[in-house]
Amino acid sequence: MTHGATGAATVDAVSRFGVAPADVDDVRRRLGRDPNPIEARMFAVMWSEHCGYKHSKRVLRRLPSASPRVLSGPGENAGVLAIGQGWAVAFKIESHNHPSAVDPYNGAATGVGGIIRDVLAMGARPIALLDSLRFGTLDDARSRRLLGGVVAGIAGYGDAIGVPTVGGELLVHPRYRENPLVNVACLGLVRSDRVTTSAAAGAGNAVVYAGARTGRDGIGGAAFASTELDQAREQTDRASVQIGDPFTGKLLIEATLEALATGVVVAIQDMGAAGLTCATSEMAARGRVGMTIDLDRVPLREAGMRPEEILLSESQERMLLVVRPDGVDQVRRAYHRWGLAAEMIGTVADSPRLIARWEGRTIVDLPPEALASAPVYDPIRRAPVEDGRSPGNGPDPHVDVVGVLTRLLSHPDVASKSAIFEQYDFSVGIRTVTPPGHDAAVLRILEAPPLGVALVAEGNGRWCAADPRRGAALITLEAASNLACVGAEPIGVTDCLNFGSPERPEVFWTFREAVEGLAETCETLGVPVIGGNVSFYNEAEGGEGAPGDRAVPPTPVVAMVGLLEDVSRHGRPGFTRSGDAIVLVGGGEVSLNASLYRIVTNGEGGGFPARPDVELAMRAIRCVREGVRSGLFASVHDCSDGGLAVAAAEACIQGTIGAEIALPREAAGGSMAEAWFGEGPGRFVVSIAPSRLPELQTHAAACGTACAVIGTVGGDALSVLWRDEMGVKRYALPLDMLSAAWRSLEV
Amino acid sequence: MTWGVITFPGSNCDRDCIHVLHEVLGERVEDVWHEARSLDGLDAVILPGGFAYGDYLRAGAVAATAPVIGAVRAFADAGRPVLGICNGFQILTETRLLAGTLLRNTTRRFRCRPVWVRVESTSTPFTAGMPRGTVLQMPIAHGEGGFYAPPDDLAALEQSGRVVFRYCDARGRVNPAVNPNGSVASIAGVANARGNVVALMPHPERASEALLGSADGRRLFESAIAWLQGRLQTGAPTILEAAR
Repeated sequence: MTHGATGAATVDAVSRFGVAPADVDDVRRRLGRDPNPIEARMFAVMWSEHCGYKHSKRVLRRLPSASPRVLSGPGENAGVLAIGQGWAVAFKIESHNHPSAVDPYNGAATGVGGIIRDVLAMGARPIALLDSLRFGTLDDARSRRLLGGVVAGIAGYGDAIGVPTVGGELLVHPRYRENPLVNVACLGLVRSDRVTTSAAAGAGNAVVYAGARTGRDGIGGAAFASTELDQAREQTDRASVQIGDPFTGKLLIEATLEALATGVVVAIQDMGAAGLTCATSEMAARGRVGMTIDLDRVPLREAGMRPEEILLSESQERMLLVVRPDGVDQVRRAYHRWGLAAEMIGTVADSPRLIARWEGRTIVDLPPEALASAPVYDPIRRAPVEDGRSPGNGPDPHVDVVGVLTRLLSHPDVASKSAIFEQYDFSVGIRTVTPPGHDAAVLRILEAPPLGVALVAEGNGRWCAADPRRGAALITLEAASNLACVGAEPIGVTDCLNFGSPERPEVFWTFREAVEGLAETCETLGVPVIGGNVSFYNEAEGGEGAPGDRAVPPTPVVAMVGLLEDVSRHGRPGFTRSGDAIVLVGGGEVSLNASLYRIVTNGEGGGFPARPDVELAMRAIRCVREGVRSGLFASVHDCSDGGLAVAAAEACIQGTIGAEIALPREAAGGSMAEAWFGEGPGRFVVSIAPSRLPELQTHAAACGTACAVIGTVGGDALSVLWRDEMGVKRYALPLDMLSAAWRSLEV
Repeated sequence: MTWGVITFPGSNCDRDCIHVLHEVLGERVEDVWHEARSLDGLDAVILPGGFAYGDYLRAGAVAATAPVIGAVRAFADAGRPVLGICNGFQILTETRLLAGTLLRNTTRRFRCRPVWVRVESTSTPFTAGMPRGTVLQMPIAHGEGGFYAPPDDLAALEQSGRVVFRYCDARGRVNPAVNPNGSVASIAGVANARGNVVALMPHPERASEALLGSADGRRLFESAIAWLQGRLQTGAPTILEAAR
């Protein structure tokens, strides 16, 4: 033990190296001594919230994670689900919120690079990206600048590496202004019998460093992601943002897949947050083995780097592999062929110690488990006094049907995102069956026809701000509904949970409620949550208003993957044939509370969103999915933001044909605004040949879901009819006008 | 017939081309590494899309100096069919095997979307199998796709029938509104003087199966296969016949 050589630290010194004061005693207890300054820095990063999940771990255990398809669940770099014919998909979402607020281009680009490496670490070839973005309202110059930079960063990295960005979502709200959210999901494809692990094994096996060389970039990035943003610090924080190189990222994909194909790789993990420290300690801890590494053998980009810099650098495009001793040359050849570095830097040992040597001295010697399992907190939670439980606004007697629908269609949450999607290469890989902008992205599995997978990301912070538990349930049902529209059955979820500071009891209450809503709904749907990411501290210091208002709205983003047994049978949202019947499938409660209607009319108001009846929604979802699969529908689209009105208008716009709709009256006394703009789960607008209506009615009855004919496709306007005690009202909205509003988003 | 698809380290459409040629069209395909110095045994070669060496310099500029380019030049000089797609087009102009250059899109942004192109010349192996004026739907996906040639060169291209594809609308009408990248004269693809080297910015391999929305792009490959088999003549009397 030579840690004394670098000087034992006192408790005060330990926290000076960045360990949270609350954790200092824990560090000492686990080591049985004081850490030296290098070890203290390693603890500081590994026990940051970003790496350690200290506040969230206990709550996350609530999420269901089992299903017969799960080949690899939470705890690995990405979850893996079997899809049949000997193939599986690896799937993971991650946030890059803080870096993107400081340096939008590089923050977003490295977010893409990072999530791709997580999927690659499962042995999978990345085949699709999805991004979920939250910004302040776009009338604000800062928000527009950040959005432009983030989109360019995603495009700049994603386009170059040959992984298509097939979809995503953008929602705006003033409370994301200081702290935008950038969540990126990646899906990869792997043979079921070739799924890799990050658990190191086999004393004497080689530890091989591969990829880009290590530089001084991004040191302390994980710790940075665990703090609140301060505008005055933005300049100095730039040094914490890593810079990605997509060309190297592309080489890393190909070289790593080639190295894995040799069959000599025992374990693999990417080096992202906390770099070499994280990869070595986690791989050793998962395998219950030790590892000795020699920092002098790490390929470096610049001379004179200190050992702690080498250990903590977050340089991008690097992987760590455990390789059979006789296979090291093969692995090195694979990386060298692609022009990348690959060096054996150490060995696996039986004794569970993580030992790092530098210039012939041992500078780190500790149990990897101590680093890799941060303490688990049980934070205080408190339901906010003002939590949106006010009764909400009453029905609006006078609705400006034309004006409101136009404003809804041009709102960034609803409007066509083609100005964004066009900047992404969504068709590379020749798997993309539907272009972005459909309810869910559909990809064919070239290797196993006619299988297909569908992907969607959903996360409406508006609903969650009003009621995090209901909101999370509504989001999950929305994702499942989107999959149903394309004919896909949900098989797994990866979640990105974006919240404010967990040290604030009100924030932590919303976190726990949202996880509970997600867990309940996924349990009922029978869909496992196979991994994900928590991003806390999404709040800015020095913002205006009460502390609670500085945090982003509680924003759980649910990325759901679905399976299509026959990818050629996928649904489309746009009406197709004049004369087709328009049917509303599904029923249940709708509400204007926390709706987009409230945002575009009189501000947010209060009250609960609709109470989600998960069983009822599931019946409608099943009815629609099976209908799509049997080719029953000409078109199908789910009712989401802006309710039936927006769903019908989008079906007209995307099909370039009008429709006439008589609004169903949900209940006596129900208002037109509620029927037309109210939001609730499990409702779909489908169009169908009139001759097949009896078939649909029989099918819906068998599924136990409501279905009501509400109109006819045709003409060049969306005509709406409303009948109540006051008489009959009729509105006609020209298709040109609707389309112009929907296509008005400029980025 | 045996096709070669050249893989530069940053190529990302090489696998897509191989899939279409092999799985869809049943052709033999060889994956040619960028360090190869010979294309012996191949009947036709594709330079696929991607970012050959990262393209941090002008797109294709570094690739034009790659070891394999000498072999491509010899292959082209022998009159054999060479097809450049997207980044392959950029590389072929950088090597001067094709005239012109590709500028950043006038939108200053990467653009990915379906476009239509009109076949302007049938004097190439890749277009001999379809009537002049045929309208094809294929996707584009590029940031530097604005074709440019100085006025004299442009006039020479037009007069010698070396403009092979032009951006148009779904009905085949050429107008500036449907020019996606600011290409001069709406040019989407050109050929060399002999007609055997052809390149275009749209991706025919991404439009070779109906499931993906269009199978129009397959006609380029089918045409070349038929031509290689001697079943097709190129429209104008060219040196190509001798090469076959």
